[in-house]
Amino acid sequence: MRPFQFHSPSNAAEALQKHSRDQKTHYLGGGTNLIDLMKEDVERPDHLIEVADLPFKEITQTANGGLMLGATLNNTETANHKLVRKNYPLLTMAMLSAATEQIRNMATNGGNLLQRTRCPYYFETSMPCNKREPGSGCGALNGANSKSALFGWSESCVATHPSDMCVALAALNAKVHVGQADGSSRVIPFTEFHRLPGDQPEKDTNLETGELITGIELPESEFPDHYYYYKVRERSSYAFALVSAAVGLQMQGNTITKAGLALGKVAHKPWKLENVERYLEGKEASLSTFEAAADLAFEDAQPLSKNEYKIELGKKTLVQALVRAAARS
Amino acid sequence: MKPSNQPSSQDRKLGKEEEQLLDELGIFGQSRRTFLNQMSAAGISLMAVPYFTSDVFAQAPKAPDLDPESLLNALEVNLKINGDTYPLQVDSRMTLLDALRERLNLTGSKKGCDHGQCGACTVLIDGKRKLSCLTLSATCKDKEITTVEGLAQGTGLHPVQAAFLKHDGFQCGYCTPGQICSAVSLLDEAKRGEVSYVTENVKDEVTQLSDKEIRERMSGNICRCGAYNNIVQAIQEVHSGKAEMPRWEFATEQELEASRTAE
Ligand SMILES: Cc1cc2nc3c(=O)[nH]c(=O)nc-3n(C[C@H](O)[C@H](O)[C@H](O)COP(=O)(O)OP(=O)(O)OC[C@H]3O[C@@H](n4cnc5c(N)ncnc54)[C@H](O)[C@@H]3O)c2cc1C
Ligand code: SF4
Ligand code: FES
Ligand code: FES
Repeated sequence: MRPFQFHSPSNAAEALQKHSRDQKTHYLGGGTNLIDLMKEDVERPDHLIEVADLPFKEITQTANGGLMLGATLNNTETANHKLVRKNYPLLTMAMLSAATEQIRNMATNGGNLLQRTRCPYYFETSMPCNKREPGSGCGALNGANSKSALFGWSESCVATHPSDMCVALAALNAKVHVGQADGSSRVIPFTEFHRLPGDQPEKDTNLETGELITGIELPESEFPDHYYYYKVRERSSYAFALVSAAVGLQMQGNTITKAGLALGKVAHKPWKLENVERYLEGKEASLSTFEAAADLAFEDAQPLSKNEYKIELGKKTLVQALVRAAARS
Repeated sequence: MKPSNQPSSQDRKLGKEEEQLLDELGIFGQSRRTFLNQMSAAGISLMAVPYFTSDVFAQAPKAPDLDPESLLNALEVNLKINGDTYPLQVDSRMTLLDALRERLNLTGSKKGCDHGQCGACTVLIDGKRKLSCLTLSATCKDKEITTVEGLAQGTGLHPVQAAFLKHDGFQCGYCTPGQICSAVSLLDEAKRGEVSYVTENVKDEVTQLSDKEIRERMSGNICRCGAYNNIVQAIQEVHSGKAEMPRWEFATEQELEASRTAE
């Protein structure tokens, strides 16, 4: 690990002021991603600004009936909070499928959104990777791409976003609250928070360098009863997904009246399925409807040399999540 | 058949320490006799409790201070570990795991992967299990850290430690400090009613954990020796409060003899 100066500001304003607004400074949340990447020499900050103890640790009810999740609260406490479990069980389930209790106890909600890809070339500094070193090429494009993207990739990067929490947040139509150095703030809809790689794969999100995530806003609870986060991985726990599906349904009898859907590990961002959500509305819940929905979801998939299997796997994953969500009473 | 020079457990007089250890392990009555038979058949005597307790570790010499000039971004931290405060000068890069092992001679916490992938470095920070290999010492000011060395009270083992001994929850022992810290924390999480990914409906209250729940909740601690079944049994015993006979047993003299003479 390269040397860096450590700063521990006592409030958000001080943290924002200290940030140099370039890659030389990083905020430090739980450190579960950043410290790992610094040990690998992938990240090389000169300054770390500790934000994990900043006072964004509350979960509060919003005026329009939703919840605000503090950015520095850890993943365990967020997932187990009684209002999250009761009203957003899909989020609880997705968050608890990630990593382990030890890591979730450390990981902050803000840091979870900004975790970097698990593409092996990104971690290996002797390999080409445009995300790590713009212009060096994409090792995965014609290389080890069995876990890479099916949607929205570009010649410069085929990586996927690894977070489970973010897949549920996309399905639930969350918003990200962000603070800026001049004291102002802005709100970013979740689908616009992460971005596709285009020709700037070094940028994962539309956050400006130096902006501080302060909270994640959930709209009024829509899917408290029919929910499922289905995660398929190479071992049954403590592994990143190959593909995952977050499903929230509203049902009247056997008719679906509303759906919130997203796929994980198929693109550079959580893959929101707006067209499939619309397709399901008004339909009877049945296996054939769900299979048709899955076909629609993967209609535009563009497999790479070694990840075609993810199409069939992804369809089955989505169908399983839909079946399980619909079957809950 | 037992060889005649081995006294049976009924007539063998136990030393004070042995009595105490069996009490600690929660092995009484018939279980105690069966356990002792197995022990004497294998021809070993009981290990003494104090090896697992803080007294022994406390006598280890302290690492000398580092030359301040060798520290690039020196920071002063007061690390509160197992009830003691250690004022320490560290480089900003120093992880809690390295501070424990390299500077404070608290080598109970192990370095398996150094990347958050194995759980060998698990410690409790303000009562929650965390990975010391991904924690910077600089972030530990004012936090209460408990390592495996701090779990026992004097010569009294923590119930989880005793259960690991009783159920043989290890082979080489490298992952064990992390497993035990993790398990201690798991018991509290269960008392608080935390749910997991395998909980049928996360809206429900769960306080009694099935073996499946324990497995999921312990998945952050990898055991290269594969002692998982015994680890789960040890944790289940403490969690449920129901004493169980260990699943393992020593080979009998006959079996040993047979294996010696086998081709
Ligand atoms: C072994 C292992 C297995 C894992 N498995 C999974 C898994 O299965 N599923 C999954 O989803 N995740 C998994 N993770 C990833 C884990 O969820 C993330 O590392 C974690 O959520 C990151 O949060 P953090 O607070 O530790 O972030 P940090 O590592 O502290 O920071 C990550 C990034 O976010 C920035 N940042 C942090 N907070 C803020 C803020 N408030 N505002 C602006 N920027 C900020 C930092 O500067 C840094 O760039 C795993 C991690 C490990 C080590
Ligand atoms: S897919 Fe993206 S992260 Fe992976 S090698 Fe290519 S540029 Fe790097
Ligand atoms: S050494 Fe910390 S998780 Fe492996
Ligand atoms: S006992 Fe050897 S690694 Fe677990």
